[in-house]
Amino acid sequence: MAKITFSIGGVHPCDSKISRDCAIEVLPLPKTVYISMAQHLGAPAKPVVAVGDKVKAGQVIAEPGGFISAFVHSSVSGTVKSIAPRKDLAGNYMTHVEIEVEGDEWAEGIDLGDNLVTQIPEDRAFILDRIKSAGVVGLGGATFPTHVKLNPAPGSVAECLIINGAECEPYLTSDFRIMLERTKEIIVGAALMQKVLGGCRCVIGIEENKPEAISAMRKALSELGYANIEVLPLMKKYPQGGEKQLIDAVMHRQVKSGALPISEGAVVQNVATALAVYEAVQKNKPLVTNTLTVTGNCLPVEKQHNYLFRIGMPLSYIAEQAGGVPQEAAKIVSGGPMMGKAIANLDACTVKGSSSILYLSDESTRRKAESACIRCGKCAEACPMGLEPFLLRRLALAGKLDELEQNAVQDCIECGCCLYSCPAYIPLLDIIRQAKVQVMGVIRARAAAAKAAAEAAKAAAAEKK
Amino acid sequence: MDKLLVSPNPHIHTAVSTRSLMRDVVIALLPATVVSIVFYGLSMLLVTAVSVVSCVLLEYLITRFLLKKPSTICDWSASVTGLLLALNLPSTTPWWVVFIGAVVAIGVAKMTFGGLGQNVFNPAIAGRVFLLISFPTYMTDWKAPQGLFGADAVTGATPLGLIKEGLLQGQTVTGIMAENGFSYGQMLFANVGGTAGEISAIALLAGFVYLLVRRVIRPHITLSIWATVAVVSLIFWLCAPERFTDPLFNLLTGGMILGSCFMATDYVTSPMSVKGGVIFGVGIGFITMMIRYFGSYPEGMSFAILIMNAVVPLLNMWFHQKKYGRD
Repeated sequence: MAKITFSIGGVHPCDSKISRDCAIEVLPLPKTVYISMAQHLGAPAKPVVAVGDKVKAGQVIAEPGGFISAFVHSSVSGTVKSIAPRKDLAGNYMTHVEIEVEGDEWAEGIDLGDNLVTQIPEDRAFILDRIKSAGVVGLGGATFPTHVKLNPAPGSVAECLIINGAECEPYLTSDFRIMLERTKEIIVGAALMQKVLGGCRCVIGIEENKPEAISAMRKALSELGYANIEVLPLMKKYPQGGEKQLIDAVMHRQVKSGALPISEGAVVQNVATALAVYEAVQKNKPLVTNTLTVTGNCLPVEKQHNYLFRIGMPLSYIAEQAGGVPQEAAKIVSGGPMMGKAIANLDACTVKGSSSILYLSDESTRRKAESACIRCGKCAEACPMGLEPFLLRRLALAGKLDELEQNAVQDCIECGCCLYSCPAYIPLLDIIRQAKVQVMGVIRARAAAAKAAAEAAKAAAAEKK
Repeated sequence: MDKLLVSPNPHIHTAVSTRSLMRDVVIALLPATVVSIVFYGLSMLLVTAVSVVSCVLLEYLITRFLLKKPSTICDWSASVTGLLLALNLPSTTPWWVVFIGAVVAIGVAKMTFGGLGQNVFNPAIAGRVFLLISFPTYMTDWKAPQGLFGADAVTGATPLGLIKEGLLQGQTVTGIMAENGFSYGQMLFANVGGTAGEISAIALLAGFVYLLVRRVIRPHITLSIWATVAVVSLIFWLCAPERFTDPLFNLLTGGMILGSCFMATDYVTSPMSVKGGVIFGVGIGFITMMIRYFGSYPEGMSFAILIMNAVVPLLNMWFHQKKYGRD
């Protein structure tokens, strides 16, 4: 049994990887796709096509809207029907480009062949540019633009590239499937990022409940023969795949509060991101497809699937392809059961970071009535950031922002361990999340005021001279 | 599927609930309860029944009619208090004394503070200490009981009580021990005079192991009490064996196991952090030994726990767990 894991907190939910043996299937094309302009962390992208334009699959349809932003490409060939606000899965309006599908023609220069390209380009800037122009974002959940993360500020040195194959969320199996079916591509992708970061050590962390992936990765590594890349089996514990937790597990270092992982020499990228990097650099193929799991505890095994989908396919279309929404489903989640988002609108479309359609039964997911806190401390025991959720809740209810900040509410990663483990069903994370937003606001306002004061003082000093 | 549930993450929950935790504590107390009834007979059964029924009934009446809130008896916490109180009493306690103990435990120590989760003092211990001070004759009346199935319980006072008395009369510890024929085997398995919960260390330890295995409690508080008691008594015993009892004797008598495994580890009245819990345990161990060696009561576990209960809010304020990425 692998003993390597993060050092603080964590929980052990049943991993429920029911769809682990379902090979990846390619979904047929729908009639229409709706491609969101906000598929990444940061500023939404700006559309560069007009209604009526003919587009090909892989063609740029939107440009980055800021430094932290990403290109968006059409995932299909066809005609732009509209550029209009449309509801995302939470029901918020966001600009989408509607494309009516006509055939399946890809933009020029994209290699759609299956041949593995293992030669790593020498030019760092070339790799980085390919990643940027392919619109690659982190596919582990946060969808942070990958080219920004791979290009740390001058002065910071990457010591270790961690490829995240933990897939610690219950139910999800898409990372597991690509680790089995696209093993070598992932390793080449890791080697490419390793090259960009200056040839640092690279560790592929995989939880021990995926032994087939561990052995497949090890076998592929010995065949490919890249230097300084290793597979590290990790203990099964949630949230192992959290960036900070994975750094702690692999490097035995903890990122200081408020700092970026690179300050400890770490860069973490998901296995799906590594695959996207491979396709972007070696195949010149933009990020327009991803893998998604259709699973749940009220879905028979034969109806579970791992799909290769085109970005912009409506969730309802994918659900239909998989045999429809089961009658017993009380909640549909996009993402894992611990950190995923409940879907309010099944007509919403897939985005780059979509990882699952998860059907949960009423009994397993409906919140139970809250009762009194019995001060058992299980929330504090579970918190992977070492916070004390019971205390944060009390402070939040009392509106004590200063004390909330002293007790590090802003460090909360919203992993859900506290609420998951509370025997009194107290909605700890709901309350803490709100308090965190307030405290972050205070911290930002204070930083802005300090900056303004410093500038004013500087201006006054300059005037004196 | 007409309407979908929508809520923030997480979307699943552990199977552990307040109810399941409290039920586990009841299960853990069952071996000791059964052994005590076997040894002390029907009178012990009566004490247990009166204690549990009055605790549950009082909680129901107070929540429904005084506080006008939904009843909380379904969470099993009143049953836990009832069982613990019964295990803290001699089998000969009259039913009305048991009832008064329940009134103090549930009515005063628990509900006046706001019910489960709000009480500062362990309800069962508060009940026992109230009875110990108010009805000392009943609380130290160790008459020969009639055991079930021909089991013979010892007559006479508790080992700690005998030693305290003997020392006052100028005897030595070894002399008293030899005179009364105490053996450690007897203390470990069963059949030492005292309250119901003191009769069998093994039955209590079995329950403690069950709680650890089920991850209901963590062992740090219990272990730090035992370590402190062992160290303190070892020092005194080595210095003057004729005046002070030895470590093993102190670990096996006077409600030490019951208190350290089930009462000091009560969620509500123990510190949240591991560091705080260790200090809490050291405090209980030290105070217990001071009372046993130098105080006027032969035991001391209950007083030690109550005193340290009062310190818990401070320990919670001073000691926090290690946070990620912060010094």
